[in-house]
Amino acid sequence: MSVRPGKSLLLRGYVVLVFIFVFTPILTSFVFSVNSDRFPTIPLGHFTTHWYETIFADPDVWDAFRISAIVSISVAVLATFIGFCTAYTDYRYNFTGKAFYLSLALLPPTIPLVIMGLAMLALLARINMSGEIYSIVVSHVVLCSPFAMAVIRMRLAQIDPDLESAAWNLGASNWRAMREVIVPFCRPAIASAFCLTAAVSFDEFAVAWFVSGLNKTVPVIILEILQGNTDPQINAIGSIVFITSMTLVILAQLILMRKTINQTATGI
Amino acid sequence: MAPTENTHSVQDMRQRRQVTLYGLTWSMPIVVWQLIFFVFPLIFLFVISFWLVKNYRMVPGFDTINWIKMFSKGYFWDTYWRTLGYAGVATIVTSILAFPCAFALAFKVSPKVRRWALFFLIVPFFTSYLVRIYSWQIFLNDNGIFNTLFALVGLGPFQLLNNFFGTLVGYLTLCLPLVVVLQLISLANVDRTLIEAAHNLGCGRLRTVFQVIIPLAKIGIILGAVFTFILTFGDFVSPYYLGGSKPPTLSILIIDTTKSGQQWPRAAVVAIVMILTLLTIMFASVAAAYRKRT
Repeated sequence: MSVRPGKSLLLRGYVVLVFIFVFTPILTSFVFSVNSDRFPTIPLGHFTTHWYETIFADPDVWDAFRISAIVSISVAVLATFIGFCTAYTDYRYNFTGKAFYLSLALLPPTIPLVIMGLAMLALLARINMSGEIYSIVVSHVVLCSPFAMAVIRMRLAQIDPDLESAAWNLGASNWRAMREVIVPFCRPAIASAFCLTAAVSFDEFAVAWFVSGLNKTVPVIILEILQGNTDPQINAIGSIVFITSMTLVILAQLILMRKTINQTATGI
Repeated sequence: MAPTENTHSVQDMRQRRQVTLYGLTWSMPIVVWQLIFFVFPLIFLFVISFWLVKNYRMVPGFDTINWIKMFSKGYFWDTYWRTLGYAGVATIVTSILAFPCAFALAFKVSPKVRRWALFFLIVPFFTSYLVRIYSWQIFLNDNGIFNTLFALVGLGPFQLLNNFFGTLVGYLTLCLPLVVVLQLISLANVDRTLIEAAHNLGCGRLRTVFQVIIPLAKIGIILGAVFTFILTFGDFVSPYYLGGSKPPTLSILIIDTTKSGQQWPRAAVVAIVMILTLLTIMFASVAAAYRKRT
């Protein structure tokens, strides 16, 4: 296509504008986390580590990070396992009611989180299971499994279907073919799904707010600061959360890419 | 559920239409988990919408009073239509604002730039939505950054917070990156030769966009719109912390009804009305997205 410089420039300018809109709140949050003003505006105050010191001195924040870590790791393990099972089922089997099966697997993210929180709390409170760390875990697994399934299913779409059959023809049982063909092939996607679901769980606040009771996770603490005396502590916590989540995501991406390169190199 | 084989080896053919332990091992975990922790809670929510609240405690029963009470309140319907309107406006605004950006990234930049753009559009999903909303509060409040800047050139102050403008900024923060990504993927898959064919046949530039490119990228555009609608319809953070919570949306109504009023059965009524609305809109749009063009 021929490019008219004037129009093209306008479009490019617009793209930059969209990215500025998207990244302004993220970058300013970092800036305000080291800015001295209680109610930040411009001109900025001076540099300070006060907000970080405040949160590091707060045992509730430490507790929240501990609980968030436990929750997100447990969620990642369970959701990745369930997601793998579902992705493999979708890849290998056809059966009546498969459309229904897949809707059941993929529908949860379309239900508003407030409603999920309400429904989970109503039920868990009734059977005395609310307010515990595992209450958050079971709810988050519902929300995260679809993501894990999607990531692993995309990887399975790249497998040569004859590989599994070849293993069977060479005398491997279903289970052995799974262990020696399917799982190794999916390993990068499994690692990637693990990091992704951990990150999603680490950030989720609405359902966690309803069911967590006294076991508050980090985003629930942020929500409570937002409801009460808002101050830049939020930015300090937010910056740490951002760095944690991004580390997980970039790790997931790197694992996926390195494995793919290795495999092309060795010819698998 | 009776899993049968999907692939085509000899061994497969023998196992066809046979329920095996192996098949069940992989197909059952999601069914069990989602039935217990997803379907069952939602059914339970429906059940408690018929329960009563006595002395701040829920009492099992079967009474349609909650449904009648909610449906006869003008307040509920006002909130319902407001929420629907907010989500509708957010959907249209987000789709329109996202399109030129997705279009430029799909057709006007190198593949390398496109890959980086995609990466940077995914980053926001892993930042706290709450923290981003707090940042916007700093920008939009009466003594905030925007009004300070406006004052420098002798304008304002404008009210940017605690009204629908604030809410809309929040909705865009939540949805814009996702919608650009979905539209971009759809646009990048449009067959370039069809666009060239349109140009060769004398179709104008703008007309090509509206009559060739948009219909071909329909699925991504509709999917983006549906996601925006779902997310904004259920979101309570933007209307609460940027929109000022008054007048409320349905999600805020649910929170107020449960957290302060202990009126769980009535909150359940609101929740079920929301789910039914969302399902209707979702099925209608998916049907529209995959309908053959006539």
